[in-house]
Amino acid sequence: MNETTEKKVKKKIVISNKVWLLISLVAALIVWYLLSLGKATGRSFPFIGKTFIESFPLMATERNVLWGDLASSMVCVAAGFGLGFITAVPVAFLMAWYTPVQKIIMPWINFIRNIPALAYAPLIVIMVGVGKTPAIILIWICTFMTMCVTIYGGIANIDTTLVKAARVLGANNMDIFFRITLPATVPFIITAVRLGLGAGLTTLLAAESTGAQAGLGMRIRALSGTFESAPMLMYIIIIGIIGMLLNMLVNFIERKLTSWQEKIEQ
Amino acid sequence: MAGEDRAVKLHIENVYKEYKGEHGNTVALNGVNLDIMENEFVCVVGPSGCGKSTLLNIIAGLHEATSGTCYLDGKPITDVGVERGVVFQQYALFPWQTVLKNVMFGPQMKRLPKAECEDIARKYIKLVGLEGFENAYPKELSGGMKQRVAIARAYANNPEVLLMDEPFGALDAQTRAQLQTELLKTWEEEQKTCFFITHDVDEAILLAQRVVIMSARPGRIKRIVDIDIPYPRDQATKNDPRFLELKTLVWNEVYQEYLEVRK
Repeated sequence: MNETTEKKVKKKIVISNKVWLLISLVAALIVWYLLSLGKATGRSFPFIGKTFIESFPLMATERNVLWGDLASSMVCVAAGFGLGFITAVPVAFLMAWYTPVQKIIMPWINFIRNIPALAYAPLIVIMVGVGKTPAIILIWICTFMTMCVTIYGGIANIDTTLVKAARVLGANNMDIFFRITLPATVPFIITAVRLGLGAGLTTLLAAESTGAQAGLGMRIRALSGTFESAPMLMYIIIIGIIGMLLNMLVNFIERKLTSWQEKIEQ
Repeated sequence: MAGEDRAVKLHIENVYKEYKGEHGNTVALNGVNLDIMENEFVCVVGPSGCGKSTLLNIIAGLHEATSGTCYLDGKPITDVGVERGVVFQQYALFPWQTVLKNVMFGPQMKRLPKAECEDIARKYIKLVGLEGFENAYPKELSGGMKQRVAIARAYANNPEVLLMDEPFGALDAQTRAQLQTELLKTWEEEQKTCFFITHDVDEAILLAQRVVIMSARPGRIKRIVDIDIPYPRDQATKNDPRFLELKTLVWNEVYQEYLEVRK
């Protein structure tokens, strides 16, 4: 490489992803700060001082509810999502294998999927009573539908040539399931998990809206009753952070499991 | 010369295939009869839609004939079988497995010990010239390399009959020429019965002992041309006067069929 081209390479400033993240964070803080200055917007968006430095000790120690809320919500999301996952996978496979199952179930999944969970939450409470149970059931329903549709789509679109190739090489049905169908479905299962976790978190608020004793969603509603915007905003941001962390976890798993996939180069 | 004292390996008898569709039924094959000898190299040419792939799928046992039967060594074909290896145009490599694992797939399905599967796989990876790529994933390979892996994978199962469905159709001219030469060499060494589908007339004449020309809709055999050019052949064979003569002959027959389809 001669000197001139080397100089050209050096001239182009390359900003790493971490720096971009920092820039993005600073930009958000500026917007937040500006919002906190306004009279009306400031009522809803108090800046970090009030939102975190004051609210955190208030909720964590003084009122002693933050950890309980966090634990309660995580238990609901984990249990609901877990149930959703272990039911969605077999149902999706059954739908892909047996057309009648798909024809009967699919229209209803599509029907219920478009109804906000908040609408039928009271029905679940009437059925099973208040507490964590209705929340878990609601999250189960929502995550199940999202994941079922995604995984089914994945199995239905498996490249049939791969199945043919395996058959002519002597694979039996068990081999085809474990060595072709399952690995080919993994990318879709991971996408389903990502969408399912998102659905779980967004359902949380509806799930805890009726008669929960603790939980991030329940606390936000309670705080709205007393117009305490600072701790409310803190709780909202906490939900966002949890979502982001879960997404990072899924990305990590995805890199481990599906590095063989062909990706379109950017 | 072809098949005087050799046994019939594949016997295709009156194969008729109809596809049911929403707009009525389509006849893909209409009474196909063909005998392929042991270790013979047969190429099938014909316009798109003449049912040549359908025929290959029936021989492979992946599709069922509406009527008529194919026989392998006198036994009717009812299902897929490891004695019939298939190479697909779209490579059909398992993208989540390395080259080595892909080639090991067949031997593993025979439940051979792992070390033995690996030895077999390495032998055929070497045969197709992909040593050093054992741990690469398909996404890291070029089209030509992918098809080499697919050929190695078919060979690793030690099939008696190799069925190839336009295996070089998706490759550029240079890579195709190279793979043709390699395939010729391998066939001359390993002598297997080859049933090779292509729409490239040059390719068919270069490789085959007999070229089967199929007519379009409904698909049936129009003519069989003996390719009396001695082996070993290579790309230079394409300049042989006999090659050019046969090329004109086959080309005209195929082109007529192409015009029929266009009508």
